Amino acid sequence: MDRLKVLRRVAAVAVLFVAAEGFASGSGAELQPANIDPGNISSLQRGARNFMNYCSGCHSAQYVRYNTIGKYLELSEEQLVDNLMFNAEKTFDTIQASMPADDAARWYGTAPPDLSLMARAKGSDYIYNFLKGFYLDPDSPTGVDNLVLEGTSMPHVLWELQGFQNAVFSEHTADGGTAHEFDGMEQVTTGMLDAEDYDEFVRDTVNFLAYIAEPIRSERRKLGVWVLMYLIVFLVIAAMLKKQIWKDVN
Amino acid sequence: MARIEAEVGKPQGGFMKWIDDRFPFTETMKYHATEYYASKNFNWWYIFGVLAFVVLAIQLVTGIFLTMNYKPAAAEAFASVEYIMRDVEWGWLIRYMHSTGASFFFIVVYLHMFRAMLYGSYKKPRELIWIIGMMIFFVLMAEGFAGYLLPWGQMSYWGAQVIISLFGAIPGIGEGLVEIIRGDYSISDITLNRFFALHVIVLPLALIGLVFVHIVALHEVGSNNPDGVELKEQKGADGVPLDGIAFHPYHTSKDLVGIIVFLMIFSSVVFFAPDMGGYFLEHANFEPANLTATPEHIAPVWYFTPFYAILRAVPDKLWGFILFVLAVLLPVFLPWLDRARVKSIRYRGWIYKSALAIFVVTFLVLGWLGTMPAEDIYVLAARIFSAIYFAFFLLMPYYTTIDKTKPVPDRVVYHG
Repeated sequence: MDRLKVLRRVAAVAVLFVAAEGFASGSGAELQPANIDPGNISSLQRGARNFMNYCSGCHSAQYVRYNTIGKYLELSEEQLVDNLMFNAEKTFDTIQASMPADDAARWYGTAPPDLSLMARAKGSDYIYNFLKGFYLDPDSPTGVDNLVLEGTSMPHVLWELQGFQNAVFSEHTADGGTAHEFDGMEQVTTGMLDAEDYDEFVRDTVNFLAYIAEPIRSERRKLGVWVLMYLIVFLVIAAMLKKQIWKDVN
Repeated sequence: MARIEAEVGKPQGGFMKWIDDRFPFTETMKYHATEYYASKNFNWWYIFGVLAFVVLAIQLVTGIFLTMNYKPAAAEAFASVEYIMRDVEWGWLIRYMHSTGASFFFIVVYLHMFRAMLYGSYKKPRELIWIIGMMIFFVLMAEGFAGYLLPWGQMSYWGAQVIISLFGAIPGIGEGLVEIIRGDYSISDITLNRFFALHVIVLPLALIGLVFVHIVALHEVGSNNPDGVELKEQKGADGVPLDGIAFHPYHTSKDLVGIIVFLMIFSSVVFFAPDMGGYFLEHANFEPANLTATPEHIAPVWYFTPFYAILRAVPDKLWGFILFVLAVLLPVFLPWLDRARVKSIRYRGWIYKSALAIFVVTFLVLGWLGTMPAEDIYVLAARIFSAIYFAFFLLMPYYTTIDKTKPVPDRVVYHG
């Protein structure tokens, strides 16, 4: 009976840990949830396509190897080379940006960050909202600003897909000061994708970024279940051993 | 003739006697295991010493394998950690075990120390065990701090920047001392290299040495127990304490159960939440150290935050540093601050019980405050709780004297 109580307690603690990891992806204020599905391989495949077509021109993922992605996304070597690799790199190479970092720094004021670990550093929700958060701003050199990262030097790379939007702010006067409150986005030009499809596009991309941030994630969880099952069996044996040895203690 | 030769060639008593004539193997085994008697009424609070030993073993073994692949250079450190996480066979497991082990080391050691406060384990004749234990704690803090710089992430860099600069507050020698620690005018490749040397050689050697001495001292006087009864005062005709049972096989078999439960909790973190929501692996540390961009909010890893909160509670840099050092050092004096005639909380009065409960809450709240930004309300709270922290220790000689204690039984309380 005691043993059952212990097990129940252990299970409760385990649930807590999984919940704790859930919190990890949120970095706080008013971000819409990305709702990615890490187990969805086709979403990850689409995300990889999006990444290679729209991100990897400027952003590297210098710790990620093509063949690692291929294996996890269930792509053959030919599929990998034909669909995701545009230059002369080998499948065991890591993902380098096409644009030289020095030039990028000169052109944009700052080199585009490596994206290998972005999802772990900022959280999936952050990237999801960032990619949806570009709005027209005539004062900015790129013509846009971002709701999530004010003053970003990144242009709205996905404008063809999303179209341009205006951010609508309302002014509130409270306690003597004026505060700007974000009310919503207002579509200015239409893109190739409607709002729903663009959400899906961004979600797939974020899903892929979350995957490359920790490629081992799903494997470690699977292995963890086996480890815990082994330990439970071991625990029962050890508890029986202890009981046997302690029989003569009174 | 042949028979005599055989007797000459073959040592009497077999292999073990051959060893024992040259090394006190059997004697040592008896002294430290099969004839080391500890109370039969240990509760689960007594598991944390063994668990600290288990975590030490995990850290040493995983540390060796990490060292085989890690590059202690500013230009390569961050990338080499990612190489371990992605390309080295089982590297991710080794690294997660090590990073999780660091946090669990502190969890286990804090609980081990709390056990001593519950049952007065630091009181006579165990003062020296306690002092050696505190030295282990100091070395562990240094070890954790040095190790945290090694991944060379943003929080590694800026956390180290904040903590090392504290020493600059010491009048006269401060600035020079900071330079000696860094080996440079700022935290650089040189700092990383020497922290690596400290982390993998100097401090682990000190740790192992101190743990050895800790256990030798413990086995000299014998373990305390939840009743705070001196086992050696009640011996049977055979010289064995009446309430004592041999460490092996009794306590070892019980400890094994505890170790497995611990490993289950440990594995739950390693496999299901290695970041632990940003507490065990901080989010900002997934960005490489950037000397030109400070992270929005710098907080040391959770196991330093109670002391960090005390440091920040003081507006003056020097006094902040002094109180920080005092807060860490004060527990060393517990054996003399605590004037109660009984050891165990079971026989103490309501005053000590309340004081200890308040202390636990204070320590946890300070730990939480240390992770929060230094805004007015948090600083104010940190001041109040810092005052309580110091009051717990400094007023102890008074409140443990006036506290009404209950009579301690001659034998330990044990229900089958």
